[in-house]
Amino acid sequence: MTKNPLEKDPASKPPGGSAEGSPASPGPGAPATPSAAAPQSKPAAAVPPKASAPVPPKEAPPKPTPFDNELIQRLKTHFGTSIIEATLDRKEAIVIVAVSQLRDICRHCRDDEKFDMLVDLTAVDWPKREKRFDVVLNLYSFAKNERLRLKTHAADKESVPSVCDVWVAANWLERECFDMFGIVFDGHPDLKRILLPDEWEGHPLRKDYDILKQDTAWVRENLGIESGQ
Amino acid sequence: MEEPRKNPGSNVSTTVLGADEIILNMGPQHPSTHGVLRVKLKLDGERVVGSECYIGYLHRGVEKIAEHRSYQQFAPYVDRMDYVAAVSNGLGYCEAVEKLLGVEAPPRARVVRTILTELQRIASHLVWLATHALDIGALTPIFYCFREREEILKIYEKYCGARLTTHAFRIGGLQYETYDGFENEVKRFCQDFGSRIDEYETLLTENRIWTGRTKGVGILTREDAIALGVTGPMLRASGVQWDLRKAMPYAAYDQYQFDIPVRNAGDTYDRYLVRMEEMRQSRRICLQAVDNIPSGPIMARIGKVLKPPPGEVYHSIEAPKGELGYYIVSDGTTQPYRVRVRPPSFINLQALDRMVRGALVADVVAIIGTTDIVLGEVDR
Repeated sequence: MTKNPLEKDPASKPPGGSAEGSPASPGPGAPATPSAAAPQSKPAAAVPPKASAPVPPKEAPPKPTPFDNELIQRLKTHFGTSIIEATLDRKEAIVIVAVSQLRDICRHCRDDEKFDMLVDLTAVDWPKREKRFDVVLNLYSFAKNERLRLKTHAADKESVPSVCDVWVAANWLERECFDMFGIVFDGHPDLKRILLPDEWEGHPLRKDYDILKQDTAWVRENLGIESGQ
Repeated sequence: MEEPRKNPGSNVSTTVLGADEIILNMGPQHPSTHGVLRVKLKLDGERVVGSECYIGYLHRGVEKIAEHRSYQQFAPYVDRMDYVAAVSNGLGYCEAVEKLLGVEAPPRARVVRTILTELQRIASHLVWLATHALDIGALTPIFYCFREREEILKIYEKYCGARLTTHAFRIGGLQYETYDGFENEVKRFCQDFGSRIDEYETLLTENRIWTGRTKGVGILTREDAIALGVTGPMLRASGVQWDLRKAMPYAAYDQYQFDIPVRNAGDTYDRYLVRMEEMRQSRRICLQAVDNIPSGPIMARIGKVLKPPPGEVYHSIEAPKGELGYYIVSDGTTQPYRVRVRPPSFINLQALDRMVRGALVADVVAIIGTTDIVLGEVDR
């Protein structure tokens, strides 16, 4: 933390100077110093570290709320009951759709609603639910500068239509989803594991996947001892 | 490029040259794959007719780890994904959790974050330039690039004690105040750096070998780029002027003037030019920001125990490689229910097959370099 002697740091003077001028004013005097030096920047030396912002007024915690706009209306007129629910969570639009219509809805979103980029495709596991998986697609529209999140529910072993022919980007994303969750995408050109070795057992991002099981089995088999983990 | 022909009465495909196609494994230990990437190339003579990537060698299960850590505990892990741009990873994660909590970092923290993240973009692009040029056979740039990168790493080291996996930010703001002389060091680096970029350009931009190896190589059209979800400099070199810093500003980017470079050919040379210009723009942002760092607190008031209300959030930033997104689902406990990372390298790498088809084997090296992947992020 040596300072370069060639450097002149004019802004670091005011705090030092004012401290000499009024040595015994730690209470109300101290906060005045940084604000006096503020226009010249360099508040680093003046502001006590780890100062915290004033307490913000208590707001209600963000909660998903029902959501409706023209886009949702248009989707509902096209697909009727396949649009199960539309919510707004932290200002982000989420539309839950029926799994059977997923590919058509995606194609409609791409062509007619201009959501031309599939940003991300992933899943969330809720093992206690009847249909345990949420397949989540994050779409983006360059024309509108807007995001849309499509979600669909799928049961274990229930096949989800692949959207590879809508967005090529879905190829690896669906493979990763299959790898991590075991969700089978119907119509995917080459559905196989992508990050894990082919002989891997189980799907790690499922909530009921035991992280230690394979490790202890390997240790027992190859080292002949019980794993210490 | 002609399609491989099928021999009548045989299921062995023969090629333009009349010889069988051969399979060539490039990697996982090939020096130009920048880590452990294996590309299985299908060759007709020296032409590539198909390719397949084998990844996962660096898979550590980051997303699973997140489910067993508290929100703060997981923050250092994200630095290990794109390890040449750790600060950007941290910014994305911290902002995503802040959005989930419904808090915002104070203005001072946001500006310091912006400066450090832009420096990181320069550092990341310098690593890309150094290795990309080295792969193609230009041995000199690496020495210059790493000289400048060292200056940035020194600033990080002084700021938070770490050079690579910095964990520079905290959820809610910053842990550390800037050190004495931080502004001056950033300013001095940026002032010097302008002429340094020109220096790199004199080595490469009009160099006949460089243009010969990069122009028209690995073309990615605008339509393909969008369909493949490619983001970042690769998308901008394909003619889409889109940058999350402008489209959906975060941190303090809405306060600064900067341009989004865009090129239209979508080849390796244009991607090179776009990234060079991005370094200039990052420097411009740093110079603007460092003169006006607001005073005030650096940490928002959030408790020590974070329990975001149930719900989910997707937040993404313009990382040096492209759109880095975090999709976090909270169930109201102290640990995230699900963290999904949208890794730009992984999705950009998917475009590799599209770019190498029809190229020569030697071009594959250039095309992997121009994709600017970090395997730690591809595999997570």
